[in-house]
Amino acid sequence: MANKRPPFWQREKYTPYLLLLPAILTILFVVLLPLIFSLYTSFTGYRLIRPETLWQWVGLRNYQRIFNDGDFWVAFGRTILFLTIALNLEFLLGLGIALLINKITWGQRTLRTIMMFPMMFSPILVGYQFKFVFNDNIGILNNALQALGLSDGAIPWLVDEFLANFAIIFAEVWMSTSVFAILLLAGLFAMPRDPLEAAKVDGCNSWQVFRHITLPFLMPFVFIAMTIRSLDVARAYDIVDVMTGGGPAGRTELLWTLIARTGYDNARMGQANAMAYVSILLSIAFTYYFFTKLLAARKYMGGAE
Amino acid sequence: MAEISLQNVVKRYGKTEVVHGINLDIAHNEFVVLVGPSGCGKSTTLRMIAGLEDITDGSVSIGSEVVNDLPPRKRNISMVFQNYALYPHMSVRENLGFGLKIAKQSEAEITQRVNEAADILGLDELMDRTPAELSGGQRQRVAMGRAIVRHPEAFLFDEPLSNLDAKLRVQMRTEIKKLHQTVKTTVVYVTHDQVEAMTLADRIVVMKDGYIEQVGTPMQVFNHPVNTFVASFIGSPPMNLLPAVIRDGAVVFSDGNTLPVPARLKDLVSEGQKVIFGLRADDLTPVGHGITSGGESAQLTLDIVLSEPLGTETILYTTIAGNEAQGKMFGPRDVAPGESMTFDVALDKAHIFDAATGASVRVH
Repeated sequence: MANKRPPFWQREKYTPYLLLLPAILTILFVVLLPLIFSLYTSFTGYRLIRPETLWQWVGLRNYQRIFNDGDFWVAFGRTILFLTIALNLEFLLGLGIALLINKITWGQRTLRTIMMFPMMFSPILVGYQFKFVFNDNIGILNNALQALGLSDGAIPWLVDEFLANFAIIFAEVWMSTSVFAILLLAGLFAMPRDPLEAAKVDGCNSWQVFRHITLPFLMPFVFIAMTIRSLDVARAYDIVDVMTGGGPAGRTELLWTLIARTGYDNARMGQANAMAYVSILLSIAFTYYFFTKLLAARKYMGGAE
Repeated sequence: MAEISLQNVVKRYGKTEVVHGINLDIAHNEFVVLVGPSGCGKSTTLRMIAGLEDITDGSVSIGSEVVNDLPPRKRNISMVFQNYALYPHMSVRENLGFGLKIAKQSEAEITQRVNEAADILGLDELMDRTPAELSGGQRQRVAMGRAIVRHPEAFLFDEPLSNLDAKLRVQMRTEIKKLHQTVKTTVVYVTHDQVEAMTLADRIVVMKDGYIEQVGTPMQVFNHPVNTFVASFIGSPPMNLLPAVIRDGAVVFSDGNTLPVPARLKDLVSEGQKVIFGLRADDLTPVGHGITSGGESAQLTLDIVLSEPLGTETILYTTIAGNEAQGKMFGPRDVAPGESMTFDVALDKAHIFDAATGASVRVH
């Protein structure tokens, strides 16, 4: 009998692809197609309420509009500012907490667990909680300030441009400082004791030991936390939307509240997708930056290439 | 460069006392080795000198100054750690210069001293590498370099060679000895390896369970151990320790073998005293295969259990009154297990310890 070639799905050469097929299909339908679709719509005048506009090719018009759109660039700038302030505050507070917890000799586990509580809440709930705290009439903060006689009027926490942004950053920092604290604490636990002692004998005081030995050792952990958090904060939406909705009058508008408003409230999905693609550049830039730093910092640890 | 003095130094962790009031005076430029089994308190003692552990009681002084309450950085000492403890994010050059930089020395001074240290230790080729790119031996050399650039009052070594392989250990041992001859500084060196202690030390401090058992030059400690612990700890193979009884001016073993009491110890033992007879393998040699010192000797006939040829000599395992004893055969021939051989016992080198206290009868 002639040696008949088996059908292609039984040939060894195709087996890996056959086995990967479910994953490939999933990624194709769940990630790649929507991505291509949204990229396509960013070149159309697609409006959610008029499906036929999906076929209205407008070329680069949406992108041109973005470049002349003052609101977009203000939101873009504000997002970067928000990101910078929130990340740095979270880093400094997280580092402080990690260093303190590293010092104590008992109750470390309990404290670590307690520290994770803020991460267990949905950001929406955190938003509501702080909306209540900062509310100018019934908010606990204003009530407390008035009861203590520190303030006689109602401070418009969520209305004033500066205070509203402060309130949002405060909520963000409250929720996410523990990410830094936990990662940095892990770094401190992993830190070898000998170089610290060597530095002490070498003439360092406590600050110098921290500055020259502890901090460089922690930097890879800092950059990991920064990478994760920069992606998180760059897409910040929920807390802001709940607390101020980007208002009043766009004073707390961040990229994604603006994009969501454009896409859903104004139904201009094509325009919103174009904005989203520009915004993604920001996330990519931050991720790339922190990854470069991370690799540089890890090199001397004998880790990554 | 200074002398170091420990007065009744005690270390307690909570209620556990690990160092029980030790006294030790280390002379200017002396190389002192603290040796003992793990847990004997030698590292703790060193770390108290360094300032890395608090001193519970007593006092430590470096030079003429009591340093109990000074932080490590104010004690002007250098330390070499078992795990090298290099700064992983700094190049070799930066590692070497770090202490000087912290001390705010001028750039020129740092460069000059770092290069000087690099010359002494042969690190010139490695200056721009990071610790991760170095081998164990190279790392240890950098750690030593970091210690010498600061021109400290004293060097402290905490088991610096125990992470190296056997060959490198021997090589680095020689380098440390040479280093001490070059830079001439007080050195306190901690090890559990008696060979390191013997080869490096001007004086050995043998420690056990937080007490100092004996202090002396390597040869004093080797030739005149004060008790059975020191006798078995210093020297390789360990000294044979054989229980016996003194009867009619002879050392009598339970199997009936007898040896005369060495002349120099005759007056120090009493009739009926239970003793431990100590004899090094080098002093228990088959007739015709020993190193004759021409001193007082006796003979024993023993059965060989096992032999370990080492080339220039063979270690012979035998038993005396049920206790294992090792002898040495110089200029060896083949020995079969079970063979009966007559041994020369060099009585002038033998030791007698009191069985109850373990102390040498020469010590009172």
